[in-house]
Amino acid sequence: MRSFDDAALTEVGADFSPGAVNERAGRALVIGCGALAREILAVLRSAGLDKVDLRCLPAKLHNAPQQIPDAARRAIEAARADGYERISLAYADCGTGGLLDRLCEELDVVRMSGPHCYAFYDGQSAFAARADAEIGAFYLTDFLARQFDAVVWRGLGLDRFPDLLEDYFGHYDRVVYLAQTDDPALDSAAQEAAARLGLAYERRFTGYGELTGFLVNVSQERGA
Amino acid sequence: MTEGDDIDLRALDDEELVQQMFDDLYDGLKPEIEEGVEILLERGWAPYDVLTKALVAGMRIVGDDFRDGILFVPEVLQAAKAMKAGMGILKPLLADTGAPKVGKMVIGTVKGDIHDIGKNLVAMMMEGAGFEVVDLGINTEADEYIKALQDEEADILGMSALLTTTMPYMKIVIDTLAERGLRDDYIVLVGGAPLNEEFGKAVGADAYCRDAAVAVETAKELITRKHNQRAAS
Ligand code: B12
Repeated sequence: MRSFDDAALTEVGADFSPGAVNERAGRALVIGCGALAREILAVLRSAGLDKVDLRCLPAKLHNAPQQIPDAARRAIEAARADGYERISLAYADCGTGGLLDRLCEELDVVRMSGPHCYAFYDGQSAFAARADAEIGAFYLTDFLARQFDAVVWRGLGLDRFPDLLEDYFGHYDRVVYLAQTDDPALDSAAQEAAARLGLAYERRFTGYGELTGFLVNVSQERGA
Repeated sequence: MTEGDDIDLRALDDEELVQQMFDDLYDGLKPEIEEGVEILLERGWAPYDVLTKALVAGMRIVGDDFRDGILFVPEVLQAAKAMKAGMGILKPLLADTGAPKVGKMVIGTVKGDIHDIGKNLVAMMMEGAGFEVVDLGINTEADEYIKALQDEEADILGMSALLTTTMPYMKIVIDTLAERGLRDDYIVLVGGAPLNEEFGKAVGADAYCRDAAVAVETAKELITRKHNQRAAS
């Protein structure tokens, strides 16, 4: 089992690819959001996709999506310089308003489909179908349950300005924890997060959703 | 602790006080802003001048630094709250003191979306610039927008969206306006972080606005153009 530094995944990202050039031959690289690192590695391991490497960008970019395309471009260019020929992005649109798609087209890489990770965990059509009913839902994932304090609470400045809670979450009625794994510790962390936000709590098990199919494709595709 | 805590606002001359209010707004210091507004009014400033020269001008600095990545959402929200408190004092006075009425805007976040921080900021800055603003809140349907535009005899429709999944709804609203033969009656402005100029054009808006300051400039310009066209025809 690898050990994870969740704080590093949020702040600086992480490189899980082998260091030596000769070990990269014939391997594919996924460049993903730090919020997906643990999950991507879990899927690669359980599906036996042992020819795929992973590098992650800091998950905190989530709150500043206009920075994602440039960060992804630098990572793709660095990976090409490092000898990777097959590169994919484990990012959804993530609020870049199509800019990530444009980058993918320009640099000839693919990204995960859909607007954000909540939708691809839940399944695009299931998520869309629930949109009306869950208009007041704030979603957590395993990563966000772990990093709630850093990404959500401190990320939104609620540690410094607790009086902003109403401004942020006044229109919300519940937290829906989209669970990738069955982990009682995460379940209670998510529940605690909901309590801090003053919202009702619901847990929905999604597993890895469309992440698995995406990674299987990545491992199978032969370079262009 | 910021410096502002120790400063006796009354000891400052007008220019210094306004500078200090810029700093206090930047730091989101609501009581200091309220006090500054009161002092300027006591000194005989017109409410409209307090609004534009102290509050709106100060909030522009906040907006610019947010755009440039120097300030973040919580700081902007704190500043907006301080400004709102100041505006609360001025609002009842503005109506009585002949402040200019530039036009009327109906604004709301589109259906399916409940992000409203940016929309609220735009509404506040438009008010600060002399527009009357009817805020429909969040999760707004095409019919609600159109009914409000007609009932309020508004000049401008403003739509906000922060989600890739809800941006396309703007086109539905604009198309519905067109179907009903109403499109040319209103100026349509759109905004929200994931949008861009190209998207604004594609959905048929009159303009995409990057931030609240641009929204105010654009609204003023398009209103003037519209009045001139009306006068000419
Ligand atoms: C704050 C925030 C929230 C707050 C919202 C609080 C509130 N009351 O609005 C909270 C934490 C509650 C939240 C929730 C969610 N959010 Co959110 N959120 C943000 C964040 C970090 C900042 C948005 C913001 O308020 N900016 C500050 C304001 C001042 O800027 P602005 O909105 O851009 O507005 C300015 C301009 O755009 C313009 N403007 C805006 N509107 C208008 C309108 C007109 C007419 C004009 C002229 C101009 C204009 O002027 C404004 C002022 O200068 C963004 C990321 C980002 N940096 O954009 C994500 C983001 C928008 N959220 C996102 C997501 C996914 C969600 C959630 C689904 C997450 C979840 N875990 O459940 C939920 C929504 C659930 C639901 N039921 O809808 C994604 C969207 C991804 C996508 N593909 O669309 C983003 C991009 C983050 C990300 N990368 O994942 N969010």
